[in-house]
Amino acid sequence: MKSIEQLLQQHPFFHGLPATDRQLISGCGENCVYSSGEYIARENTPADFFFVIREGRVAVETYMPSHGALCLQTLHDGDIFGWSWLFPPYRWTFDARALEKVRAIRLDGKCLRQKCEEDPRLGFELMKRFAKIVAERLQATRLQLLDVYSTERPPPAEVR
Amino acid sequence: MVPDIYRIASRTEEFPGTCTLGITPHSGGRAGNFSAGQFNMLYAFGAGEVAISMSGSAQDGTYIHTIRSQGLATQALHRLREGEFLGVRGPFGSGWPMEQVAGRHLLIVAGGLGMAPLRPVIYSLLEGKTQPSSAQLFYGARRPQEMLYTGELQRWQQALKVVTTVDHAETEWPGQIGVITKPLGAATLDAENTVVFLCGPEVMMRFCIQVLLGKGVSADAIYLSMERNMKCAIGHCGHCQWGPNFICKDGPVFRYGDIRAWFDIRAL
Amino acid sequence: MQYSVLLATDLDRLIQALRAEGYQVMGPTLRDQAIIYDEIHSVAELPKGWGDEQEKAHYRLKQREDGAYFGYAAGPHSWKKFLQRPRRPVWRAQKSEDSLQIVAAVETVPAMAFLGVRSCELHAIATQDRVFTGDQYRNDSYSERRAKLFIVAVNCTTAAATCFCTSMHTGPQVTLPCDLEMTEVIDDAEHFFLLRSGSAGGERILQQLPLHAAAQRHHVLAQSAVSNAVRQMEQGPRNFDSSDLQALLYRNYDSVSWDQVADRCLSCANCTMACPTCFCSTVEDTTDLSGDHAERWERWDSCFTGDFSYISGGAVRADTRSRYRQWMTHKLATWYDQFGSSGCVGCGRCIAWCPVGIDITEEVQSIREAEKR
Repeated sequence: MKSIEQLLQQHPFFHGLPATDRQLISGCGENCVYSSGEYIARENTPADFFFVIREGRVAVETYMPSHGALCLQTLHDGDIFGWSWLFPPYRWTFDARALEKVRAIRLDGKCLRQKCEEDPRLGFELMKRFAKIVAERLQATRLQLLDVYSTERPPPAEVR
Repeated sequence: MVPDIYRIASRTEEFPGTCTLGITPHSGGRAGNFSAGQFNMLYAFGAGEVAISMSGSAQDGTYIHTIRSQGLATQALHRLREGEFLGVRGPFGSGWPMEQVAGRHLLIVAGGLGMAPLRPVIYSLLEGKTQPSSAQLFYGARRPQEMLYTGELQRWQQALKVVTTVDHAETEWPGQIGVITKPLGAATLDAENTVVFLCGPEVMMRFCIQVLLGKGVSADAIYLSMERNMKCAIGHCGHCQWGPNFICKDGPVFRYGDIRAWFDIRAL
Repeated sequence: MQYSVLLATDLDRLIQALRAEGYQVMGPTLRDQAIIYDEIHSVAELPKGWGDEQEKAHYRLKQREDGAYFGYAAGPHSWKKFLQRPRRPVWRAQKSEDSLQIVAAVETVPAMAFLGVRSCELHAIATQDRVFTGDQYRNDSYSERRAKLFIVAVNCTTAAATCFCTSMHTGPQVTLPCDLEMTEVIDDAEHFFLLRSGSAGGERILQQLPLHAAAQRHHVLAQSAVSNAVRQMEQGPRNFDSSDLQALLYRNYDSVSWDQVADRCLSCANCTMACPTCFCSTVEDTTDLSGDHAERWERWDSCFTGDFSYISGGAVRADTRSRYRQWMTHKLATWYDQFGSSGCVGCGRCIAWCPVGIDITEEVQSIREAEKR
């Protein structure tokens, strides 16, 4: 069986991270498996973890009254899920639900925060990686808002 | 140029407002002879003509066209039923550079109705006429209900790896949910040996090009199909004039490296 | 080259010779206080003794004192209306229960003779030739009209203030092929045309005219008359160096100049209608009340109209800035890529007929200056 550190090494999020850092981080992690339909995170509950998805499909959802769960995005092998553990009040803003059997590594947020505080260099390195993903998700969200495939367009802003 | 008369041999409603017509020559004309990426001008009696790309196989004696009901002419074409007639001029324009594909990795990126002009490329792969070293399709749409040719996707997997993504869906949808740039960005590519065929709304193409360039794909390895108002299709009416090109005869397929300076000029 | 002299009093013989050869003679005539082009039956219909005064958004007829027949500059019409018809039927369609038929509209194309084609206008016709007959696809209506065309070119001896053919290297001396070339000369004592033929057809017409041998004196006078037009333009307000226009415009797609011109431009399309090279057209499809007969008509269109650039979702060029930029950069820059020449022949029509007085030569200057800032 592969160690947590070996598993982290295979994941794109940790590409290029020195082995010593990976070892340090792997101390906060554990393997976990979610079965189809199982919630990985629930909106407004404590966000104690950061998930590294090794395999499987995860839906990021919110609940709409009189509609039910609304999926905003799906995450897949090689993605990560969760940054709410980084900032107070450390609570999830969305639901995450396994859509099939999901194998992931669950990293303890408190443990990670502590290691980052103790080693600001590692903290900055991780923060850069998170910032990149946050920026990508923001850009994707903007593109989603553009509704590019729709035939309806907002009227031209200014016609002279 | 007077259109030839074609008869509607088949009609499939892809989803409300969008249908696929199979048309065969009735008087004049000879179907089947075209390059993937080219288009025909379809004339709906009294309502007008519109440029619609080829979406079928080049060898089955029928033209296949997927039409979204939008303007007067497309609404009229959408109302036509099997056995009825329409006028056809074509084929026009430049096609996808199929000769670039052999031995390279082919990445097909389609957004929404942009899948239609790319389907002949996939047919060419399935028929073994074009042999890339490997091929992938990234197909993005608004919702699963607004995806084209869903019944064929499984068969396409014989020829290429298919990744579908939609902007919005219920979780029952088995593909990805999210915009097309995400799976495209996550794809592993041999950038130097990849050729990309890209078609979709212009905004979507712009963002996909950013992702592809970021992954190291050369601007000269990206081909895209441009949309402009095409009226005459033969470079006479001026409507699709775009920088130094007429989209109808110099395009619609262009190499991004050749047109990138024009592509970035707004309201051109 | 063999030149001859035709006395002005014999000019009608030329018109009648052309008519006798079966040509419908199109030439200049006075109408609605302008010199326009229409069918001419005799010399009496020519604008004898009339000239014009032109400036930005300004065109006035002016009586000349010398009785010249061709003493005017380019007016509101150009010859393109006879070659690329402003409106023409393209096809007729008929629908029945079990069929659809589409038949090309049959045109009876007249053999026309254009009388009084200026050098800039010859260049304009050559420019449209490249658009409509220079490639794989041909415009049949245009090609047929063009093939039957007889051209009587006239060298310019007077330039309007709006003229800038010398800057665009398209005149005033005729250099392109034509059937007959003439220079009108009015001296104290004589009024004549120095002319030569440029084709077999031209030669045949010449043989029917009461010609006189051209002496050195005639040549000197004719040359001096054309030099007069050159001098007027070179000393005029619109003399500029056009050699770098393509590169200049390519560099300046984002010039503030476009915003400034957009504040004045009405997007009215007058410049494109008056321009002798603007070739854009659109089609109109109609049905009759029975719903069984449909027609397609082609008519002139303009890149200044709202739906010109319409694609699913809206117009690509939604504002005047982008439309003016499209027109001017196409005319002066991308035209080279598409047709190997400038799309502007320096006739100045767009300057005179712009209702708000936008001057394409000033706009070039404005872009140049904005670039320096």
